[in-house]
Amino acid sequence: MDRKAFFESIRKASPSANLNRENGQFGPETLIAPEESNPGIQGLSGPKGLTRRTNTGTAAYKGTFGKDELMHLLRRTLFGVKISDYNVYKGKTLEQAVDALLNVSTTLPNPPVNNYGNLVKDPNVPYGSTWVNAALDPAVEPQRKGSVKSWFWGQMVTQSPDIQAKMVLFWHNHFAIQFLEIPDARACYVYTKVLYTHALGNFKDLTRAVTIDPAMLFYLNGRLNTKRAPDENYARELQELFTLGKGPNSKFTEDDVKAMARVLTGWSINPLTNPFSTAFVSVNHDSSDKQFSSFYGNTLIKGQTGINAGNTELDDLLTMIFKVDEVALFLCRKLYEYFVYYEIDDTVEANVIVPLAKVFRDSGYSIKAVLKTLLMSEHFFDSWNRACVIKDPLTQQVGFCREMELKFPASTDYFLLYQMYQMGMNFGQLTQLNLGDPPNVAGWPAWYQKPLFHRSWINSDTLPKRNQFTDYLLFIGHKVGSFTLMADVWIFTKQLTSPGDADDLIAESVSHLLPMSISAAQTATLKEILLPGGIPDYNWSDEYRAATDASDPNHTTAKSTATVKIQYLIKSIMNLSEYQLS
Amino acid sequence: MKRRSFFKASAAAGTVLPLTLNGMGVKAFEDSPLLRSLGRRSADGKVLVIINLSGGNDGLNTLIPIDQYSNLSKARNNILIQEDKVLPFWDRPAAGLHPKLSGLRDLYNNGMLSAIQAVGYPNPNYSHFRSADIWMSGSDSNESWTTGWMGRYLDGQYTGYPKGFPTATMPDPLAIQIGQMVSLAFMGPEVNMGMAITDPTTFYNLANGTTDPTPNTPAGYELAFLRLMAQQTNQYATVIKNAAAKGTNKSTKYPTGGRQPLADQLKIVAKLISGGLKTPVYMVTIGGFDTHSEQVDSADHSVGLHGTLMQQLGDAIAAFQDDIKLLGLEDRVVGMTFSEFGRRVMSNASNGTDHGAAAPMFVFGKAVQNGVIGANPTIPSTVTVNDNLPMQYDFRQVYASVLTDWFELPAAEVKAAMGGKDFNTLPIFKANKASLEDYIDLVSRISLNQIYPNPAVESTKISYFTESGHVKLSVFDATGQLVKILKDEWHGHGTYVVDMEVIGLRKGNYYVQLSQGEKRITEVLLVQ
Repeated sequence: MDRKAFFESIRKASPSANLNRENGQFGPETLIAPEESNPGIQGLSGPKGLTRRTNTGTAAYKGTFGKDELMHLLRRTLFGVKISDYNVYKGKTLEQAVDALLNVSTTLPNPPVNNYGNLVKDPNVPYGSTWVNAALDPAVEPQRKGSVKSWFWGQMVTQSPDIQAKMVLFWHNHFAIQFLEIPDARACYVYTKVLYTHALGNFKDLTRAVTIDPAMLFYLNGRLNTKRAPDENYARELQELFTLGKGPNSKFTEDDVKAMARVLTGWSINPLTNPFSTAFVSVNHDSSDKQFSSFYGNTLIKGQTGINAGNTELDDLLTMIFKVDEVALFLCRKLYEYFVYYEIDDTVEANVIVPLAKVFRDSGYSIKAVLKTLLMSEHFFDSWNRACVIKDPLTQQVGFCREMELKFPASTDYFLLYQMYQMGMNFGQLTQLNLGDPPNVAGWPAWYQKPLFHRSWINSDTLPKRNQFTDYLLFIGHKVGSFTLMADVWIFTKQLTSPGDADDLIAESVSHLLPMSISAAQTATLKEILLPGGIPDYNWSDEYRAATDASDPNHTTAKSTATVKIQYLIKSIMNLSEYQLS
Repeated sequence: MKRRSFFKASAAAGTVLPLTLNGMGVKAFEDSPLLRSLGRRSADGKVLVIINLSGGNDGLNTLIPIDQYSNLSKARNNILIQEDKVLPFWDRPAAGLHPKLSGLRDLYNNGMLSAIQAVGYPNPNYSHFRSADIWMSGSDSNESWTTGWMGRYLDGQYTGYPKGFPTATMPDPLAIQIGQMVSLAFMGPEVNMGMAITDPTTFYNLANGTTDPTPNTPAGYELAFLRLMAQQTNQYATVIKNAAAKGTNKSTKYPTGGRQPLADQLKIVAKLISGGLKTPVYMVTIGGFDTHSEQVDSADHSVGLHGTLMQQLGDAIAAFQDDIKLLGLEDRVVGMTFSEFGRRVMSNASNGTDHGAAAPMFVFGKAVQNGVIGANPTIPSTVTVNDNLPMQYDFRQVYASVLTDWFELPAAEVKAAMGGKDFNTLPIFKANKASLEDYIDLVSRISLNQIYPNPAVESTKISYFTESGHVKLSVFDATGQLVKILKDEWHGHGTYVVDMEVIGLRKGNYYVQLSQGEKRITEVLLVQ
């Protein structure tokens, strides 16, 4: 059958018009050719078949900053966009919006609490109080580990409308540890505190803090690194994963690894404090000089003695590492892959990564500075780079909860609240993002593994589960005791401009929930939910009016009918492949 | 979280591509498939194709009571089909089909069409949404059920679904619906038994193993990848694709593809059945029946919006039935049309009709008794804007007939599928205990002799005759609402007279309906 004719028939079969976005999703016409269809999906490994790339760089974006642009910015920097998030930012200039996104709270989130008291008794911590400073107790350690993991997910879903949560996930992936490997939940919490504290701070400071973070000292064996038995584990990952990467220009030597391990000897953990803390044991420190290769400019780090030896040598070490240009380049590539797209070709490297890295270095590794440049760049807003990020599971799932503004239990109902967070965390795990427990120290493959990158989130197991997550919370709800966590679709719907108008309801829902416009045929099928058989639009208007007017004689049945229709509308939008994109 | 809970998430919402029916994957179900009773399988391989005429089809311009033309012309002159254009039934000239339904007329001439007059339900609801829910669920007018008639049937047949499915004996979807929402009709007690293929394009793509074009951008690349994954992920995608590849169409009567969605849908259904898909129920939809205006062309009432729909309906069914015959599937496949309601007797000034009540249904295929069940509707001489046809048959009688005589379900299970209510079957299928001829003979068993005075002001007397049996005498108002039941008891042979007070009744037309078994006679009573 002639495909075009088929589409035409569907378009004709339903009177609904093609509802284009106000500005057109893809911006300047020159950059895309919507009529061109994909030559095929042979290029599953990446967009190699794309015949054009873009030359845009880090110069500030000067084009229209309308709804599409703002939503693009918010989608990439938040876990889902609430309508109220959008309203907070609406009317701001690009720079104001980016500044607001980067202006994150310096107050740390409230720590995880004893949510398990009604199941297992914690002799040191009453139900509802935090355990993060209480004595280690192996009997409740599993409960505390569960608590911190659920809490971590909860921090994402209760995020404020700024970039902090998204950056905490970035750093969790970057400085990856696995909570399951850490024998003390309190240390897991301390690790998250480091990420929150430095999320928008200084990359060098963050690297320093992570290096001597108790959980990291445990995870990568830093605590076992002594002058008698140097352990190279952390020294290697510090360079290979955390600062320099494995690119062709990352030319540190094996001797550098050995020397770096010696610099870091003596850092350990004091298990007697609550929580256990970082300690520098000077007798375990190798106080001889450490010579580095020409890659590091033949730097010699002078061996130190005494209680400050560790700090001094660590500072010298980081100063040496952060002098290497590759550090900023490496980090900028990772930020690019996280916030823009995973494909970095020579043009992007030259026009985006290199200038961005210079901003990063020139600012003394200010994370805010580099993000501001990236998020304000013409490249970020290039139509070419819109809607091409496959959502990570957290962005999909936490995003859903925020888009639908799910009502979680009261913050004082610790048991139920954490049960709900745990449900989210478990779904993340089932879809391959187990928050707190990346697969290994390299983080999640979707953020580093060529050639699949983001595509590795999606397979025949995870994709249906993503759909099930949204279906589950739209139709069934997660029920524990008498509480059910379920989307009340009216919260979303009533914030729309004119939900009583079927076309507007669809167009606004789509433009809010999807990063790209959909075809006329897709729109027509969505309209079929509200108005089956092509019945006139006033049927929906009447139903909506009766559903939202408690004095209407048909209120009860109309509300139940309209609710189901809106549920199916949202479900159907979220089941579209487009919903998996950001 | 429990796996069962995840699982129910998708199931309750119904399966809609690209959502996998059972996203956990078969391997995720650790329990072995439940042993199921495979005793009664003589209905194996039988297929029902439900055609949803969405929007409310104008029954009076579909199955036309030719003997009512003088009153019809008063009520709906601006849309009434010109009498000489109606296609009368060869053996029943008092009734005929819309001129564009030559496809159905041909089926009738070949002995393949059962037309059931004035099907509806007591106390009709005029909301598209409510009435469609009533038809899908099989509830009474004042009930809201969350399960559907087909869902209850399938739940009884495929115990435990979807746990453990697909199985060796049922590797295919239990029901396939082309449409965005899995219909309430397929909703079982816990899960929806249907698989919705979101739109005809998806259906087309799935059957042909293609995906929609995407833009030549990174977003387009990722979207193409996601769509491919979505298609591959659906556990039923492969069986559908394989059935489509293996199946074929043999009829040359299908209209050119891409122009008539109903014919396109039915063509793929025929292909899937011929390709060996074991799915017992399909639902396809043709919209556009909500013809409030421009239902007909003012010069030629047989053309216009409704004429086009009639043409598409008749041609699609004719082509489908031809295909089914050529494919050697005649003994296995029947089709059934329904619409959420008919339309008002009186037309409006926009050459259209507003929401109504009872309307005809068609069941077609080799298994049906050819003929028209029921009498022509009686059209009052003065019709007001709110007047509706009273129902002659409950739509659930048609459902019960399908389950009993097509799917060979025992009476107790039919009752369960009907939500615990008893509905008498109609002689739609050859397998019915009554023949249509016997049934027509029943006509002489009762008669409404006289209603006097008529018009009535305070009271009237209704005189009727019956052979011995259980007789019901009911009065409906012009909108089809049941007003009173005057008699509902066993009668001996004889003529009876009953008084009826009309004081307090609103002025207007009422329908007095006498029934014994499935025989119904209706007369108009005017209250002044």
